[in-house]
Amino acid sequence: MAGAGEVGFHLSQALLESGHEVTVIEADRRRANFVKERLGSIVMNAPADEGRAQMEAGCSRADALIAVTGDDAKNLVICQLAKLRCHTPRVIARVNNPKNEIVFKTLGIDETISSTRVLMNVIEQELPSGGFMPLMSLAGSANELIEAEIAIGTPPAGKTVGSLRLPTDALVGGIIRKGKLLHADDETKLEVGDRVMVFAPTASESEVRKALFG
Amino acid sequence: MNVVIVGCGRVGGFLAGLLDSEGHRVSVVDIASQSPARAERAWFQHLPGSFKGETILGDGTDLEVLRQAGVERADAVLALTEGDNRNLMCAQIAQKIFGVKQVIAKVNDPVRAQTYRELGINTFSRTTILGTLLHAMLQEDREVGEVLMRKALAHEADMVDEPVKVR
Repeated sequence: MAGAGEVGFHLSQALLESGHEVTVIEADRRRANFVKERLGSIVMNAPADEGRAQMEAGCSRADALIAVTGDDAKNLVICQLAKLRCHTPRVIARVNNPKNEIVFKTLGIDETISSTRVLMNVIEQELPSGGFMPLMSLAGSANELIEAEIAIGTPPAGKTVGSLRLPTDALVGGIIRKGKLLHADDETKLEVGDRVMVFAPTASESEVRKALFG
Repeated sequence: MNVVIVGCGRVGGFLAGLLDSEGHRVSVVDIASQSPARAERAWFQHLPGSFKGETILGDGTDLEVLRQAGVERADAVLALTEGDNRNLMCAQIAQKIFGVKQVIAKVNDPVRAQTYRELGINTFSRTTILGTLLHAMLQEDREVGEVLMRKALAHEADMVDEPVKVR
């Protein structure tokens, strides 16, 4: 764990509790001491963006490195260094500015977590959104899971799943009807009030919305 | 040549002035100061008064700011902020996203400098360059020390002669 701010500290604690072996690297001496008092000797006071500190922390035998400092450029370099120099098989970067998610992907860091994006998604799910809710993005791919409630007067009401004009690479994973989960195939007829679960590429979200709401 | 310089400290300001005086199109990016009222004056203070290029206040790792600085038509991007990581991120964006041909990043940590050079990012480390130069001067190594020092001293003289202009 590179960085022991609020995110790094609590995440390390959670990982330890679920039985993982964790080493925390924190550059600030006072913060490192504070966290050391709570998590024990697994905390190392060193700059995580330096190759030597990563070696000492055991990045070359780690299953994963998670960079969660508040500085995006630092998180990027920490992850790239771990990948290149220590051959850490899995690197995950926290992205503070959601705009940087795509930048990180382009620069070879595939797994990013953006707390802003997570919060935005949660808020979107809580707010009434006309029955169309992107529930989650599916890690490691550019796809997402969307929930849509079939409303009166929309194209799908009373029609079959097969007749939906969804983008070709989207698929209907199931339907929740009156609280019950139903299997969906092309012949399944959609009713008003059904909640349809659609897996689709994030890029074609607006096409999915169009197919379901006209 | 169109050149974007990110980071306008002493080195960035010096180089921007030098390239500008040779007739290149230079734009300089530096991050906004904590105090916006003083920001511009405080952060571009190392540019010579004669500088005719553009100054852009903003984060040099932000795609929009880089676009504003003309990265899309730049022949070269130099990342010279105080932060190694910021320089490396900026340089990679310029090279991998905007396809800039010549990208140079100042990286003071020799380990990081070497790692990214292997990735195709041109890096230089003040530590090793300055150290090597000083070593050459001590050894009276004409090839390295004298030629470079002669050039550097000439540039320095130009800079000192420059009339001071309040920006």
